[in-house]
Amino acid sequence: MKSMKKTMIGALAGAALMGVSMAQAASLNGAGATFPYPIYSKWFYEYNKSKGVQINYQSIGSGGGIQQLTNGTVDFGASDAPMTDEQISKVKGGVIHFPTVAGAVALAYNVPGVESGLKLSSSVLADIYMGVVTKWNDPEIADLNPGVNLPDLNITVAHRSDGSGTTNIFTNYLTKVSSKWASSVGFATSVKWPVGVGGKGNEGVAGLISQVPGTIGYVELAYAIKNKLPYATMKNKSGHYVEPTIASTTAAAAGALKTMPSDFRVMITNAAGADAYPICGFTWLLVHPSYNSDTGKTVTDFLHWYLSEGEGMAKDLYYAPLPESLVSKVEKKIEMIKY
Amino acid sequence: MSLPLEVSNSGRAEKALPLFLRLTQAGFGDRLFKKITALFAFLILFLAGLTAFTLWRASIPCIQKMGWSFLNTGDWDPVREMFGSVPFVYGTIVSSFLALLIATPFGLGISLFLTELAPKKMREPVAFLVETLAAIPSVVYGLWGIFLLAPFMRVHVDPILIKSGLPIFKGPSTGLSLFTAGVILSIMILPTITAISREVFEAVPNSYRESAKALGATSWETIQLAVMKPSKVGILGAVMLALGRALGETMAVTMVIGNKPEVSGNLLDPSHSMASVIANEFSEAVGDIHISALAEIGLLLMTITLVLNIVAHLLVWATTSKFQR
Amino acid sequence: MPDYQTYRRLLDRTMVVLCGLAALFAAIPLVSLLAYVLFQGFHRLDWTFLTSLPTPVGVAGGGMANAILGTVTLVLVASCVGLPIGILAGIYLSEYGKKNKFAWSVRFTADVLSGVPSIVTGIVAYTLIVKPMHNFSALAGGVALGFMMIPITTRTTEELVKMVPHSIREASWALGVSQWRTILSIVIRTAKNGILTGVLLSIARIAGETAPLLFTAFNNQFWPKGVNEPTASLTVQVFTYAISPFKDWQDQAWTGALVLLILVLAINGTAKLFFKNPREMLR
Repeated sequence: MKSMKKTMIGALAGAALMGVSMAQAASLNGAGATFPYPIYSKWFYEYNKSKGVQINYQSIGSGGGIQQLTNGTVDFGASDAPMTDEQISKVKGGVIHFPTVAGAVALAYNVPGVESGLKLSSSVLADIYMGVVTKWNDPEIADLNPGVNLPDLNITVAHRSDGSGTTNIFTNYLTKVSSKWASSVGFATSVKWPVGVGGKGNEGVAGLISQVPGTIGYVELAYAIKNKLPYATMKNKSGHYVEPTIASTTAAAAGALKTMPSDFRVMITNAAGADAYPICGFTWLLVHPSYNSDTGKTVTDFLHWYLSEGEGMAKDLYYAPLPESLVSKVEKKIEMIKY
Repeated sequence: MSLPLEVSNSGRAEKALPLFLRLTQAGFGDRLFKKITALFAFLILFLAGLTAFTLWRASIPCIQKMGWSFLNTGDWDPVREMFGSVPFVYGTIVSSFLALLIATPFGLGISLFLTELAPKKMREPVAFLVETLAAIPSVVYGLWGIFLLAPFMRVHVDPILIKSGLPIFKGPSTGLSLFTAGVILSIMILPTITAISREVFEAVPNSYRESAKALGATSWETIQLAVMKPSKVGILGAVMLALGRALGETMAVTMVIGNKPEVSGNLLDPSHSMASVIANEFSEAVGDIHISALAEIGLLLMTITLVLNIVAHLLVWATTSKFQR
Repeated sequence: MPDYQTYRRLLDRTMVVLCGLAALFAAIPLVSLLAYVLFQGFHRLDWTFLTSLPTPVGVAGGGMANAILGTVTLVLVASCVGLPIGILAGIYLSEYGKKNKFAWSVRFTADVLSGVPSIVTGIVAYTLIVKPMHNFSALAGGVALGFMMIPITTRTTEELVKMVPHSIREASWALGVSQWRTILSIVIRTAKNGILTGVLLSIARIAGETAPLLFTAFNNQFWPKGVNEPTASLTVQVFTYAISPFKDWQDQAWTGALVLLILVLAINGTAKLFFKNPREMLR
C-alpha cells in the first residue's frame, strides 16, 4: 500500500512538472517520407539554429505522412510519391506539392567475382524481378557484360517488405519499361512481388545483399555507398549506360522539366536525356494552401529558406538538388499559400 | 475466496441507516473493496471491446469487398486490391508454436534450476541474466537477428538440418526463415516463462517439498510431485502470456522472417506473419482497402488468440479435473 | 538388470544435469546479445550523448538526452494507467473470482489482450486520443503503453496472490481483521515479490516497444513542452537511426539501445531494493 502510494505521488508530481507549459514559440510538426529524412533533419536543425523555430519532422513513411495530413494531426506532410487526386480530395482545404530534392535508386548486387561495373538493361532487370532470368550467367546478362566472368549462381532477388517510396519509384520504372510487368504487377509503395525475399527498410535490403551471395536488390543510393555495395550501371532511355550519381539524377530531373505539370506532381523515371539515370524520383513536401497566421508564416518562411539555403546542403548527403530553372518556379508557388 | 461467514441480510438493515452510520458498518469496507476491484476488472473487458470495435470498424471496407475469401485465399496484392490472409496466419501460428516448443522446456528447466537445484550463490546472478534478456528492446533483437542470428543459422545450423533429410528442412536457405523467426521468438519469450514459473515455484510452501523428501523422494521426484503439480495452473498462465507475446511480436520477427507471403511446408523458407505485415505496410498504406485489410488482419489475430486460449483452457480443465478432490 | 533404486538415482542426476544445461544454453544467446549491444554501443557512450539533443548527420556531438527523458515520462504515464488497473483487477480475480462467470471472462480477455500486436494498441490509442485532439502527445503514447501493461500485471498478480497459503488469510480473519484489510495488508504483502515481478516484466516490455509510439508519442528532435506534445523516446530514436545509412547515426542507435538496457535494469534494481519481500516470510 505504501509503495503504491509512493509511486502514485511520484508519478503525479512528474506529470505535473511536465504539464507546465512554457512560452509558445511558433513550432511545427511534420511527418512523412523516410527517404529524405537525413536532409530534412539537417534542414530543420540549421533552420532552428538560425531562426530559433522548432520544426519537428518524423519519418513514419510517405503513406503515414499523407494519412496524418489528412487527419489534421500534423502541419505538413512529406511523400516520395505524389498524391493522387482522390487522396488530395480527402484533405480539408487541399494540398500543394513542393519538390525538395531528387534521389537515385541503385541496383546493388553481391556477385562473387564481379567487384564492380555490372551493366543491366531495363528488359533484363524486369526479367530478373519477374523470375524469368534466374541465374547470373544467363545469356541475357552475359550479352550486356562481355568479358565479365559471371558465376553459375542462382539470383536471389531482394525487395522491400515494408511499403516505401523507393519501391514506388522502382516499380514505376519497371511499369514504364516492361508491358508484362505493367499488366501483372503494376506500381505502388507495396506490390505483389513475383519472386524474391523481403527485407525491412533500405537497411534490410542492404543487409540481405551483403550477407547472401548472389543477391540483387534496389536501395537508395546513399545505402549502397555507405554499405560499400557495388551497384549496376543502367541503360537509359537514350541507350547510354549511366551510373546513379548526383549529376545523373539532376540530369533526369532536368530532362523531365519540359513536361513538368504546374503542380509539380511527376514521376521522373525513365527520363529523357543522354546522361539521365533512369531510376530516380523527386520527393515532396505536402502543404496546405491556407493556414492560421502563426503557422502560415513559419511554413512560408521555411519554404523560402530551403529553396535558397537548404538546396546547397543536399549534395553532401547524396541528394540531387533541384535544377536551377525549377527552383524559381517552385519559389513562385509559395505565394499561393494564404495565412 | 469469500468470507466463511456471510453478511446475512444482504445489507438491507444497513440501508435503513443514515449515510454516516452506514459507512462505519462492518462489511461496508469489504463490499466497497469488492466493487472497486470489480470495476477495474471490468475495465479490461472494456479495453478489449474497444480494441475489437476499433479494428472491426476499420475492417468493414475490406470485409465488404473480400468477404470470406479473405480467410481462405493467399493472394496479397495491394495494387490490385486483392487480399488474402492465409500465409500470414500460417506464419504466425507456426513460428509461435515453434517458439513455445523451444522456450517452454528451457524456461521450466531454468526456473527449476534457479529455485530447486542451484546453490544459493548462483541464483541471483542467473536470475539477473534472465531479467536482462527481458529488458532488451525488440528492435535490438531484430538487429541482432539480422546481423548475427540469421547468418549463424544460414552457415551453421541450417546445413545440419538440411542434411537430416526431413521434408520440413529443405535447402537452400538464406537464414531468413520461419525457423529463424521461431528461434528468435523463443529467446524473447524465455524470460516471461522463466520469471513467472520461478515465482510460482517459489510460492509453493516448503512443507510440500519436505513431505516429499521425508517420504524418500529424489530431487527430481520432489520436483515432480511437490512443486510441478500445484504449479500447473500458474505455469499455464506463464505459457499463455508467452504465447500472447509470441503471436503479437512485430519488430524482431519482421527482420528475420523473410517477409514472403507464401505458405510452404519447408521451415527454412521465408515466410510472413500477421503482426509483421501490419507493421510493415501500415504506415505506407494509402488505399482505403489496403488499410482496411490490415485492420482485418489485426482482428483475425485477436480472434485466433481467443480460439487458442479457449483450447488451452479446455485442455487444463480436462487434465486437472482428474485431480480434483 | 539395474534395480529400481538405481534407475531413480540415474533419472534424478540426468534431470539435474539437463536443467543445468538449459540454464547454460540460454546463457549463450543472452551473452551474444549483450556483448553485441555493449560492443557496438559502448564507444559512443559519454556525457555528451547523455545530455545533448539529436543533431543531423555531419554535425558532431549529437545525443539522446530528450529521448531518455521521454522514455522515463512514457513509462511513468503508462504505469499510472496500467498498474492500478492491472493490479486491482488481478486482486479481484484471485480473491473473488473462483466460480463466477464474470471473472472467468475477464481472465480470458486478459490473455487474449496479451496477444494483440503492439502496433494495434498504438492504433487504438491513436483513434481515441490523437485523432480527436489533432496532435501527437506523450499522453497518448503513455496510454498506449499502459494498455499493454495490463494483461501481464493482471495475470501475474492473480496467479501469485492465489498462491498465498489460505492459512495466512484464515489467521488474519481469526484475529478479526476484515476481508479487505486482510487482502491489502497481509495477502498483498506476502505476494509482493510476485506482483513486483509482473510489474517489472511489464515495464521492461513496454520500455522496449517502438511500434505503438510511432502514431502516438511520435518523436521529437527537441525538448517537449508538456505531456500534450510529441516526445522523443529511446526506442523510436534507436529505430530511426538504426535504419539510416550513416555510420554516426548507427553508432548512436546502438548506444541508445545500451542506455535503454541500463535504464530498465536500473529500474529493476531500484524497485527490488525498495519493494522486495525478504523470502523468510514464506518459508
